[in-house]
Amino acid sequence: MTDEKPEETQKKRDIIKIMNTIDRRIIFLLIALAIILPLVFHLVFTVRASPIVEAIFDKVESLPPGSKVILSFDYGPSTVPENQPMAEAVARHVLHKDLKLYMMAVWATGPPQIDLVKSRVVDVDFPKKVYGKDWINLGYKAGNQGLINAILLDLKGMYTTDIHGTPIDDFEMMRDVANLTDMSLIVCIGSGYPGMREWVQFAGDPGRIPVCGGVTAVEAPLLYPYYPRQLLGLMGGLQGAAEYEATLVTKYPQFIATSEQAVKLMGPQTVAHLVIISFVIIGNIAFFAEKGRQRKGKKA
Amino acid sequence: MAHVFELWIGSLLTLMIFSFLYKDNPFYKFAEHLFVGVSAAYWMVIGIWSTLMPNLVARIWPNALQGIVNMPADAKPQYHYLIPAVFGILMLTRLIEKISWLSRWAMAFVIGFAAGTNFTRYLQSDFVGQIYNAMIPFIAKGDGGISIGASISGIVLLIGVISALCYFFFSKEHSGAFGAVSRVGIWFLMVTFGAAFGYTVMARISLLTGRMQYLGEWLSSIF
Amino acid sequence: MKVQIPLIISFIVGIALIIAIFVPHDPFHSMNETFSIYFDLIAVFAFILGGGNLLKVHGDKIYRRAKDWKYSIVTAAGFIIMLVVGALKLGGPPGFTGDVTAEGSWFKFMYDSLFVPLQSTMFSLLAFFVASASYRAFRAKTREATLLLIAAFIILVGRTPLGHYLTGWLPPPLQFLHIPNVSNWILSFPNMAGQRAIMIGISLGIIATSLKMILGIERSYLGGESK
Repeated sequence: MTDEKPEETQKKRDIIKIMNTIDRRIIFLLIALAIILPLVFHLVFTVRASPIVEAIFDKVESLPPGSKVILSFDYGPSTVPENQPMAEAVARHVLHKDLKLYMMAVWATGPPQIDLVKSRVVDVDFPKKVYGKDWINLGYKAGNQGLINAILLDLKGMYTTDIHGTPIDDFEMMRDVANLTDMSLIVCIGSGYPGMREWVQFAGDPGRIPVCGGVTAVEAPLLYPYYPRQLLGLMGGLQGAAEYEATLVTKYPQFIATSEQAVKLMGPQTVAHLVIISFVIIGNIAFFAEKGRQRKGKKA
Repeated sequence: MAHVFELWIGSLLTLMIFSFLYKDNPFYKFAEHLFVGVSAAYWMVIGIWSTLMPNLVARIWPNALQGIVNMPADAKPQYHYLIPAVFGILMLTRLIEKISWLSRWAMAFVIGFAAGTNFTRYLQSDFVGQIYNAMIPFIAKGDGGISIGASISGIVLLIGVISALCYFFFSKEHSGAFGAVSRVGIWFLMVTFGAAFGYTVMARISLLTGRMQYLGEWLSSIF
Repeated sequence: MKVQIPLIISFIVGIALIIAIFVPHDPFHSMNETFSIYFDLIAVFAFILGGGNLLKVHGDKIYRRAKDWKYSIVTAAGFIIMLVVGALKLGGPPGFTGDVTAEGSWFKFMYDSLFVPLQSTMFSLLAFFVASASYRAFRAKTREATLLLIAAFIILVGRTPLGHYLTGWLPPPLQFLHIPNVSNWILSFPNMAGQRAIMIGISLGIIATSLKMILGIERSYLGGESK
């Protein structure tokens, strides 16, 4: 028997009922606010890098000037908030270290993202870098993993021209490239199939070429088994991108103004996580309260 | 000016899709159907101009494509590319019911290639590679002695892989000692799915943040 | 002919690619290279097939005045307009030889104003549903469900700056309890163990299926008349 008065029990039951049956539109609204308010009030947190992201940064740092780095854009507009900051931070770092940057895409939606890197990174921070000598846009070719398999054996068999249609051998930085094994590092920025897994399977492992990169948060946990022997580092989602940006900016503060896209988005991300956690906790409190009351009811 | 147009069209379409949060409605359906059509055309156009024209047609008939695709003036026809061209055209027979069986020849090539490459690549990277990756020292050494933390982590990893593999072994009844091990496997898999869930939430929120930023840009262009 | 020739093609291509790994010399090496390029080229036709099929399905719906046929007009019109603009490289610099996605082309304009917002918003809608589903379905009903919940919470907190603020004050001997460190540990050990077991299982499945396809045991891809 319970000592509570009937109206108190009723009140408690109402609260539990409310907690158990929150309308989905209220959840939608709060999620929207959790993102909009931090964006409006510019809520920014300090981000610290994890070892799996630092490994990529350290690898790029350790490459001697002139080393060749492939940056593959294997994503589309749907995952731009996560992937684009990764691509831009890596491109910025690679160009700053005077490495040769080869940009390509295994996804048809990759080339417009390469154009964004050109306008936001090359034109802004490295206007003196020469197209075809320091960086090149190879564009997209069809074939998914078949493309990776093909260029591991013969890059110019598929890439006969750059994206603008200029014959590939007209470019200084392409003359001593036969296939992917001439690359010192492969950086894949991906969001699914074909992506990081295919780069490991079809290029990194058979060609013994170091592979690293960044993927959407959905895909990141799936790739951990490759780390660190088959995949030397991994940026997972927006947080991974923010960690790379934070590391880059710490070492090269001159990029603070241009390289903190993901860091700025971590404010809304954090608040939205808090809202979701709160809802799960509310749901569980209601669940256990309901369960407890049922148990009490049975005993009575 | 073009950017303003772009922003307006894009924002209105964004709002049309968000209207689904209230309930299904004609605006959402319009945007959804438009998306399907536009996507298919995008892939087709990019496929044609990035690969079909320069890598196939220009190699078979270089003279016919002068002025359409950039290529050396002395490019010679490479007739062995007629093979993928024929296979490709056979694939399109799928659209004509009477002769659609011919598309199987092209499919057979695609399947044969995928099976042949997947067989070796999965064997090397995802099977042998993973067994090799799992072979790490039980007792890890740190600065000046045994590293207890790293050793425990290594043991957890090994137990996790073995027990989860046991769970996936369905041809033996999960009872007794084997059942106990596979139960531990379930715990590891639950942690794995929990991590995956956490990351999935993270991904979706990031995408929404991107859209809100876009709408913000549109609103600030108005006010 | 309808069954035997496809089986022979699959067998020759598949076996040649497997042998090429163990005998990386000609003729197998060049077969590997040539088949890869052929595969990439055939893949483009899949895009054309997809477009053709889309027109066929929606054309049929419009013709039959099927349910929601008016929306099929939107799909077909969107497809045809974007295809014509892209295939003819309308408005783009510098004519036919230029990049179809170059800044200033009509195709790029349609990509930026239609494709980008539509695709991005479709995916971002999931944020709302993930939140709502988590609230409704995520209950610590059993020991296993509780483990899942705890792991998810640690990742949600540890993979944001929040984790640093919450437990950053811990003294060095207790740093292993710092939430970002715990989340990294979960990802690098228990998660890795589970994912590795799944990966090994999937790879065995793919290896077996690939072999069955090459040997003609698995022939479901040939359709109904394969028996």
